[in-house]
Amino acid sequence: MSEAVRPGTVQRLGGYASSWVVGLGQMAAFAGGIVTAIARPPVRFARVVRAVFDAGVLSIALVCGAGFAVGMVLGLQGYTTLVRFGAQESLGAVVGLVLIRELGPVVTGLLVIGRAGSATTAEIGAMVSTQQLDGLRMMSIDPMHFIVMPKALALTFVMPLLSSLFIVFGVFGGYVVGVDLVGLDGGSYMASLENAVEFRDDVLQSLVKALVFGALLGVISTYRGYTSPPHAMGVSRSTTSAVVTASVWLLLTDYVITAFWGV
Amino acid sequence: MQKSTTRDFVVGLFVLAGLLAVAYLSANLGGLSYSGDGGFELVAVFDDVGGLSQRSPVKISGVKVGQVKGIQLDEDLRARVALDLDPALELPIDSSAAIRTAGLLGDQFVSLEPGAEDELLRPGEVFTYTESALSLDKLVGRLVHGDAFEEE
Repeated sequence: MSEAVRPGTVQRLGGYASSWVVGLGQMAAFAGGIVTAIARPPVRFARVVRAVFDAGVLSIALVCGAGFAVGMVLGLQGYTTLVRFGAQESLGAVVGLVLIRELGPVVTGLLVIGRAGSATTAEIGAMVSTQQLDGLRMMSIDPMHFIVMPKALALTFVMPLLSSLFIVFGVFGGYVVGVDLVGLDGGSYMASLENAVEFRDDVLQSLVKALVFGALLGVISTYRGYTSPPHAMGVSRSTTSAVVTASVWLLLTDYVITAFWGV
Repeated sequence: MQKSTTRDFVVGLFVLAGLLAVAYLSANLGGLSYSGDGGFELVAVFDDVGGLSQRSPVKISGVKVGQVKGIQLDEDLRARVALDLDPALELPIDSSAAIRTAGLLGDQFVSLEPGAEDELLRPGEVFTYTESALSLDKLVGRLVHGDAFEEE
């Protein structure tokens, strides 16, 4: 079939594969570096609070608005499907379970990657290219400790909170469509929601997912910035790569967590 | 410094709002109060549990008081259902358990009917009176094959 498959192509494929594995190893070592930096004094509390402000507070409007919109869509789509089976009273359960188990953590994760993760990579990448990190090292301040760790920690910490806000606004959006527009009974919307949702199966799963996604995108976005080539093109590529890598890993991890949680 | 304090305050507000959302999901929607071990376990044996499953609700007069902990076959090949109930519950020894359906096609749940005796059921004891799930397809089958009318 192919003269196209020359040894050169195979070798290059092998090269890509092994460099991908090397990159994975470096990223794991980088994550380990962040964890040890958390344990090492001094505590960079003010830096973390600042990073929570950048990643979390500034994302609130986006996350709440998106949650509301997604909830409204779910309400409408769920209603038109359920009404065929005469099961429109279960709308609350459908909207709530979909939001809590999947869309809350996943969509919030993707939004935070786009809003805060990319900014983190670009900011650290710009610091690399203007040699600010070297400047910190000269003052014997470890940039892992001063720059990277607070940002990664903030992204991890912020995700469960944002995801929960997303879900609450989504449930509210579904309520607005289902009860105020379509005319279902508000009591039965909330009752089917409350009956369907379990703490351990649904809410805990949602929080664990959000936390894992937060750690994942925190590590990936800081790592891509930290290892960014020191020029404008390099920073732009790193930022793109951070968004792509983090999104793919997030979706894959989502499947794995769902499968291991059982049901 | 003024600006930094304002930011800290806003961050605090954000964390508070996030935690409130988490608390709402866990306590209000998740029903955290009954999802763990209620600590008061009773057993009911049924001929047919129908669509009953683990974590199906247990209700008295329609109010949720616990959930199904597990379903197993016992030595007589009947379904042995372990119920995990609110420890504050005081059920007379002649209480009965029945499997009912919420609405025509809704989920199945265990409905408890308190008895009249003074003596109370103790943890681990078995309900004397039970009523199995009403199976819609069995009823339809009887109707189609005419048994239902012959009885009249």
